[in-house]
Parts: sequence; structure tokens; C-alpha cells
Amino acid sequence: MRKYVPKDNVQGKAYYTDRYHVVPSTPREDVSSDEVFVKHLEILSSKVEVNRAEIQLGSMIVEINHEDNFKALEILKNECGYAQLTEMSAVDYLAKDGNFEVFYQMLNLKDVKRMRLVMRIEQGVAVESVVPLYKSANFAEREMFDMFGIVSNNHPYMRRILMPDDWEGYPLLKTYPLQGDEFASWYEVDRIFGKDAREAIGPENRDPARVDRHDTKRFSRVGYEVEFGADISQGETKTAIEYSKTFLVDYQEADGVKPAEDRK
Amino acid sequence: MQQPNKLSPFFENLNFERDDNTMVINFGPQHPSAHGQLRLVLELDGEQVVKAYPDIGYLHRGIEKMAENMTYNEFLPTTDRLDYIASTSNNYAYALAVEKLLGIEAPRRAQVIRTMLLELNRIISHLFFIATHALDVGAMSVFLYAFREREFAMDLMEDYCGARLTHSSVRIGGVPLDLPAGWLAQMRNFCNAVDYELEHTYNALLQENRIWKMRLEDVGVISTEDALSWGCTGPMLRGSGVAYDVRKEEPYELYSELDFDIPVADTNDSYGRYRLYMAEMKESTKMIRQLILKYDETEPQLMAHAPQYISAPKEEIMTQNYALMQHFVLVTQGMRPPKGEVYVPTESPKGELGFYIKSEGEPYAYRLKCRAPSFFHTGLLQEILVGTYIADVVTIIGSTNIVFGEVDR
Amino acid sequence: MAQHQVNYASSGGLPVALTTVDHLINWGRSNSLWPLTYGLACCAIEMMASGASRYDFDRMGTIFRASPRQSDVMILAGTLSKKHSEFARRLYDQMTEPKWVISMGSCANTGGMFNTYATVQGVDRIIPVDIYLPGCAPRPETLQYALMMLQKKIRRESANMNNNKKQNLRLI
Repeated sequence: MRKYVPKDNVQGKAYYTDRYHVVPSTPREDVSSDEVFVKHLEILSSKVEVNRAEIQLGSMIVEINHEDNFKALEILKNECGYAQLTEMSAVDYLAKDGNFEVFYQMLNLKDVKRMRLVMRIEQGVAVESVVPLYKSANFAEREMFDMFGIVSNNHPYMRRILMPDDWEGYPLLKTYPLQGDEFASWYEVDRIFGKDAREAIGPENRDPARVDRHDTKRFSRVGYEVEFGADISQGETKTAIEYSKTFLVDYQEADGVKPAEDRK
Repeated sequence: MQQPNKLSPFFENLNFERDDNTMVINFGPQHPSAHGQLRLVLELDGEQVVKAYPDIGYLHRGIEKMAENMTYNEFLPTTDRLDYIASTSNNYAYALAVEKLLGIEAPRRAQVIRTMLLELNRIISHLFFIATHALDVGAMSVFLYAFREREFAMDLMEDYCGARLTHSSVRIGGVPLDLPAGWLAQMRNFCNAVDYELEHTYNALLQENRIWKMRLEDVGVISTEDALSWGCTGPMLRGSGVAYDVRKEEPYELYSELDFDIPVADTNDSYGRYRLYMAEMKESTKMIRQLILKYDETEPQLMAHAPQYISAPKEEIMTQNYALMQHFVLVTQGMRPPKGEVYVPTESPKGELGFYIKSEGEPYAYRLKCRAPSFFHTGLLQEILVGTYIADVVTIIGSTNIVFGEVDR
Repeated sequence: MAQHQVNYASSGGLPVALTTVDHLINWGRSNSLWPLTYGLACCAIEMMASGASRYDFDRMGTIFRASPRQSDVMILAGTLSKKHSEFARRLYDQMTEPKWVISMGSCANTGGMFNTYATVQGVDRIIPVDIYLPGCAPRPETLQYALMMLQKKIRRESANMNNNKKQNLRLI
């Protein structure tokens, strides 16, 4: 029977997990344990709805509704002093929860505090662009669109950034295989030579240890050397082994010394 | 328009006679001063840039996708190829993020070695910056001098880890090797040599060089607000008058014990940033000298002791049954960090390099996001290039010090 | 009227040297290989290092040119992504014959460690390659050795490129 492979998440998975393995969790603290974060959270929660707030490994994580993202970032920037949006991207939870998690990683340079604003959005829902607040979101939102297909509304230039414009698929989705789909595997051939050349060039070699028995352009068989590029699919003739001739012993001629019959 | 999928040559990079009398030129993706594979589409009015559009992604290799398909230790050599000018800083940023997730800390000697390697990599990277920046602006000899010093630094790296470029010299939980004999003495000589050369070669060649100053001063001015808004970090941020260095503000490793200054330039231009890079190299040698003294006071342990995450030392694996079993499981299945998420910033030579790791308790990261400083510095180009002259474009690209392995990932 | 001052009977007939056209032309070609500065990724740094002070490529007659129209050999140094592949082929087409290609580093050879959706799995899918140079990243010495191998190859070739069995991807 063929092994079942889930289609909604084709990323690497552990092939063996101990039955009694309990997944530990990183230590989480309440926001009240840090006086600076408490202040920021108070300001934020008075204006927008906060679903979850905690401190994990030194940075505060606040989850909000995705409609409030612009408002929340505006408050964080103007009232809490988070002057930099250092990073933003998304995490694909489509297979697990049916939505994406978008995170905004913020930095407060004055208090030296980092927090992460998190929100969940469904597939196909657009988020509001935060480029008017933080220009660093310009490239980051385009990258998020490129990798996950999450569109940002009112972005000045919402186009693919890392992948070519005519690319199909969103590479960081869990449904996208690491080595690409059919479109990806022929992309450069189609683009340069046209689809007609697919046959002449052949499929990609994704196995780094592959050796083609009949490939005389890259490999040669000892004892069966042929011309470069010769066709050996019908079998090759054995080539005599040429030993170097020294003035003492001529290995080709001397009796008793015979070349090995078959060498691999 | 010709068919783009046929390779008959057509001249897409020159587009004269538009309605508004501007010229659109294409710069890159293969241009000797594009620092890799940057493609800029510039709209010019005469010699002045009206609009700049940076097009990136020509070195996109899917590193973040690879992280989701590799165990944590397998992924470490891949981080070498992010910012390939200073590989150790990437290794370190990744290792630190995983260590923080696991809740372990490297032993003292490993910390000394790591900090030393990080600062050595900073010197390597900054020398490379000076070399290529000067080459782009037109000072060929600086390139040759800076590469001479850089080779000595590479020799030191090679003595330590065996590789010139892709080091993988920092591992999760520590460092794999102790320093070879005589390395510290060589390091001290190297520091002296760098200090001497900075003073007598680079300063003499560049600092008051009339052409260098004319090409750099008041070119590529980034205001403080812009620098903050565009997510600039590292020398780009400090070159705009914000004294923020992750090493000082959120110290990791031994930076809290070291005595060093954060150079800040408030001229906001390329020349200020160049001065900053030179000053940072001096600070790095100062730090390395302090670390050399710290090395002798440490215990010889190199890897953290955390049997469920990190293999025991080789002697133990060879002699003790349980260590061998743990090692086998860790190699075949990979470590399983706790469930959670972490973002750890470090100060790489280019700026704030951080790794965001989302772990679901599996041996594969659920999501790994590399916060690369160059990515955001490239985004900045579309704003600061506008209004400058075409000759300054190269200066500004050089001064942002972007590396495309990191931009495109 | 100038008289011949040379006695051809003595000193082996010098200064007259007899050779074949092939030999002479290939001597010239192999000793002034001008590569295109085609640095793509990490290997580009090693390529720069081989052009810089310690390894000094110039002494081999190898001077990096920034234009494909002036260069003879394309050193493809680094990962070739699918987005870039089209430009690589166009640059190759812009080079004048005779031209050679060195594929530098594992990524250019086979895709290397980047066995992903975005990487061309070996530049020989789009460009004919003469020398494959393994390593990640290859040291400058390796690049110099590859160049010497290429010189050797050129010296053995016929000066008329049509006579050489070059397995080009002649699809267009």
C-alpha cells in the first residue's frame, strides 16, 4: 500500500516520535512581571481589543484582531515609543487552524524593549498596509505577499519582490514543496528556450548522487572508454588497457603478465 | 516589444524619448558595482535620478524554506551563505536564537572564542566594505591594500575552522574546537597590524583625500526619521545620529564585560558612515585584545551540557554508552526544542541580524524568519536615490553595504 | 638596403620559429583569458580574492572585464537562481566567440546545497560549461587551477572553433 502523505503540509516531519514524548514549552510569564510592558499594554488595550498577551523569552507578544492592525501600530508608534518596525512576516497555520499568523516585530529604542504584535487572518483576507507608519513595511509586506499571498491594502506597490513576476504559487506555504512544483522545475527552460526545448534539456536532476550509466559526457567507465558524447546505449566495446612502456618491462608484450580480464 | 522568451538581443535597458523626456535605464542585475545582484531601474532627467526602483530576488535561494525542511543542526551551515562576507555572525545569530529557545548557555570559553570570532568577522566585513566601496568610487589601490589585510584575517579564520569563507565555526551550544596553539599570538599581531594599517594606509589614502571627500560628503544623506522608519540598523542607523547598538543596549555573550565605545556619526552622509566603519574596526581590535586576556582564565569546556539537545563531547561518546545513544538519536532525528517562539537580535557587521524561530516541538522549525539588515537597507534605496546624480548612485549603494545573500535569502 | 644580419644556419635558425597556426592562435588565446565579472553569490568573494593582492590573477594574463563583449571566459561564480537564469544566458550570448565557461562552486555545478524551488540545478542546463570547479566556496587556488586547466584545454583545441567538438546547447 502506498504510504499516506498529507497534502496540506508537505514540509519535513519527524519520521519517528516517541509515544511518550511530551512536548515541553518555553517559559511564559505574565505581562505584569515587567513594569514597562504593563504600561504599554495598558495604553494599547484601552484603544484596541487585545485577545492574548504574554511575555515569552524576554519579549511581549500581544494578539489583536486583524482589523485593528493599523490602529494598534499607530498607538504603539506614537504613544508607546516603538520607533522601529524591525520585521514583519507571516506563519502558515492553514493546515492546523485554517489561518495565517501575521506578526509585527517592534523595537522601542528608548526603553530597549521588543514586542511582537500578532494577529490571525483567514486565507484570502487582506490586511491594511502599515507603510504610512513604518516605511520598512514597504519591502516586508511585499515579501509577505510574495511568499504567502497575503495582500496588503493601500500598499504603494503591491507586486512580487523575490520571485519573478510571472511566478506561480507562494513558496512559503506549507502546501508548496521544497523542490518546487511542475511550473518551478521548468521555469528557466520555458523562459529562455521555450517549452519546445523541454525534451532536449530534460528534467532537473534533484538527486545529487545520481550517475547515469549511459552518460558519456560526464562519466566514463574504466576499461570501456569511448569518445566524448558517444552513444553507448547499445553497449560499448572494451578498450585495451595501455600500460606505460618502460625500458625494463613491456607489460603489453611480456608473457605471464596479462591485463585484468574485467575491471569495473 | 519582442518575445521575451526568445534570446534574440533586444535593448530593454535603454528607453529614450518618453513623453516626459526622461530616460529609463536598467542597472544590473549583473553590474560590477551592484554588490551582487541588485537590479535598479532608474528614471533619469538628464543626470538626475527622478525615480529609483530596486528590484531584488535575483539571489533568492529559498533559505527560509530550507529551514522548515532541515533539523536545527543541519540548517546551521546554510546560515553561512546568508551574509557570506561575515559568516560567523550568521552562524552565531542562528545558534543564539536556538540556544535561547532551548534555554541553554554556552560555556565561558566558548563565549570568549565566539566573541573573538564575531569581532574578527566584523573586521573582515568592514575591510571588505572599505575595499569595495573604494573600488566603486574609483580608488583601486585601497581595494588591494584592504584585501591584503583581509587575507591575514582569513588565515586566522582558516587556522581556527578550516574554511575561508563559509565558516560554520559556531555551533548550537558552543563552539566545536578550541583555539589552535599560537593562535592568540597571531591574533595579537593581526590586531596590531590592522591598527597600524588603519592609521597609516587607509586613513592616509582616504580620510583627507580630496576626491574621496568630494564623492562622499553630503551624498546619500539619510535623516534620523527616515533611518528609523525604514528599519535601518547598525552603521546605517548610527550614521544618522542614533546611538543604538545591540551589543551595548541588549548585550549578549561577553559584550557586557567588555570596554568599548559605540561610534556615532551625525553628518548622516556617506562620509560619516565611512568614518564610522573605520572607527568600528578600531573598537573591534580593542575588544579582541581584552578577550585574549580573558581566554586564559576559562575552563576548557567548549559545548554546553544539555544531553537532551546537544551531543556529549567526542571522548564521552566513544566511551560511555548513554552518551552514544543520545548522540545517535540527536544525529538521526535531530533535537526537539520546546514549543514556543523566539526572536533574538544580534549586531552583525551590517546591522541587526535576528532570527525569528517558531517551534512546534518538532525537530524541524515550523517557521524561521531571518531578519536581514541588508533587506531593509535595500528598501531605503528607492527613497535616498531620488534627486541624486547618476554618479552618486554607486556611492550610495556602496555606502549602504548590502550583501545579496542576505537580502534575497 | 638593409642586409640580413642573421645567420639562419646557426643557433637553430633563430629568430625564425616554425609553428602551426593552431598553436600560435591558441597560445594567444590561452594566455590572455579575460573573464567576465560574473559574481553571483559567495563564490564571487573568492573570485574577487583571486583577483586581489595575494592571489593576483593578473600575472596569468587574466584581467576581469565588466562587459561581456570584451571577455572570453565567463566565470559563473555562485548560485544561479531561476529569476536570474535568463540574464545569464543573455550575457553568454553577448560574449563573442570563442568563449568558454567555468562553472565555479557546487551551486553553479549542480545546485549544490540549495536543492530548492528557486535555484537552477546546474548551469549546464542553460549554458555549455567547459570546466566544473567543485567546492563550497572553492578557494582562490582552485579557481587558478581551473583556469590553468582551461588554458590546457584551449591549447589542445583547434583554432577553428567549428572543428571542436563542443557540445553547445544550440537550440536557437
